[in-house]
Amino acid sequence: MFIINYLKEVFGAVKSLATGLRRTMYYFTHHKEIITQQYPDNRETLNFPERFKGEVVMPHDENNEHRCTGCTACELACPNGSLKVITQFNVTAEGKKKKAIDKLVYHLELCTMCNLCIVACPSDAIKMAQTFEHSVYDRSELTKILNKPGSKIMEGVE
Amino acid sequence: MWSFHNIANFVNDWLSQTFNPTLVTIIEMVIVGVCVIGLFAVLGLVLVIMERKVSAWIQIRLGPNRVGPKGMFQSLADTLKLLVKEGMTPSGADKFLFNLAPYIAMMVAMLLMAPLAFAKNFQMWDMNIGVLYITAISSVSVISVLIAGWSSNNKYSLMGAMRAGAQIVSYELSAGLSILSVIVLTGSLNINKIVLSQADGWWIFKGHIPVIIAFVIFIIAVTAETNRAPFDLAEAESELTAGFHTEYSGMKFALFFLAEYVNVFIVCAIGATLFLGGWMPFHIGNWQGFNHVMDFIPSSIWFFGKTFFLIFLIMWFRWTFPRLRIDQLLNLEWKYLLPISMFNILLITAMAIGGWYF
Repeated sequence: MFIINYLKEVFGAVKSLATGLRRTMYYFTHHKEIITQQYPDNRETLNFPERFKGEVVMPHDENNEHRCTGCTACELACPNGSLKVITQFNVTAEGKKKKAIDKLVYHLELCTMCNLCIVACPSDAIKMAQTFEHSVYDRSELTKILNKPGSKIMEGVE
Repeated sequence: MWSFHNIANFVNDWLSQTFNPTLVTIIEMVIVGVCVIGLFAVLGLVLVIMERKVSAWIQIRLGPNRVGPKGMFQSLADTLKLLVKEGMTPSGADKFLFNLAPYIAMMVAMLLMAPLAFAKNFQMWDMNIGVLYITAISSVSVISVLIAGWSSNNKYSLMGAMRAGAQIVSYELSAGLSILSVIVLTGSLNINKIVLSQADGWWIFKGHIPVIIAFVIFIIAVTAETNRAPFDLAEAESELTAGFHTEYSGMKFALFFLAEYVNVFIVCAIGATLFLGGWMPFHIGNWQGFNHVMDFIPSSIWFFGKTFFLIFLIMWFRWTFPRLRIDQLLNLEWKYLLPISMFNILLITAMAIGGWYF
């Protein structure tokens, strides 16, 4: 009985090692699988994986409208305070007061690209962009205002 | 036809006509020494770039691709960097032993070159106990590792050296037993006779499954003996920074590095000689036509082709398998490889007595 278990162990080990060897041999012979990108040379044709997180941006449509309601969920979710929502109250046509954002201030120098703000956002107003060349000559340039000037909230986003 | 044998004879004839016999011997020794050093340099450069490219492709990377065409001169640039770096000796180290260790490592590698048959009738020293000589000298390499680890006066180095000692001493057993299996079949310790005995087929084909098992065990054991991953506990980067050569820099480090690669070449050359027929072309029994076609390929190409195939095999292992723990390493040797190879050599002895091989 002992000897059977012993041999089983040996064959199991050899089999699992062979599985690993087959995989690496596949990669060795299939050079199209190579994922290295020679960055400064292929700046125009850079190909990012979808999950790459470069910086937080707020997409605007062609009417300069965004989806941010100013709920501050992102600000609360941010672990190191890199987002700051400054809200204002707009008066609508019916005379009602409505909360909206004045500025969404984003401190790129504090951000760790943890993605928690994007997860927290209930109206999908912000997302991660795939830009990564963030070097600037002055630190103040890293403090960005995400909503474009004159933009307003999209119709139907509450 | 062009061959190493003809070149060697030509040089020998020319020297014999020009100088007296004593001087001829001395000059030939110098020439051989220069050739060995040259071979070392070339091997170091070629194997380092080969390893880096193989590892890159296995890990879905590009590897070095900036220096020279396709990055092929990368190892030259590396060597230049190592040459101009300062070779430091730590103040707490045992200076004599610290500086001696890399040279012992190199000397062992050089001595191991002597009995290898690089091509047909081309051998530095055709001695009747070639295989015994190789097994004896290769055990000395552990001394260089131990000296390096002890004299560095560094905990990491000492631990790496101790691990290397335990590892090399235990894996030498199964390497020796698998070498023995071929010797049992051939009945000779002479490298040349072992190669000639494979004229009608290499031992790995003639010897059925037992010799294949011996070959696999040999490859595992020599991977461990040369301290390469998955058995690189002696230098385990993640645990011991660089193990026994933590304190070495510049050319002294380069010598260790070179000795490792030359040792890989040597053990692969021995494996090729014992199991894959050395410089013997691929022959099948009595197929005269096929054998003649194979004879047209020069014997040196056969030897280096087989050796580099085995080197690739070892590199492939290195970049596929994770590193073993020290207890797993010793378990593998004492509970698996040694019993299996002991049983295996019994089978092969029975085979050799009964003549149950081709």
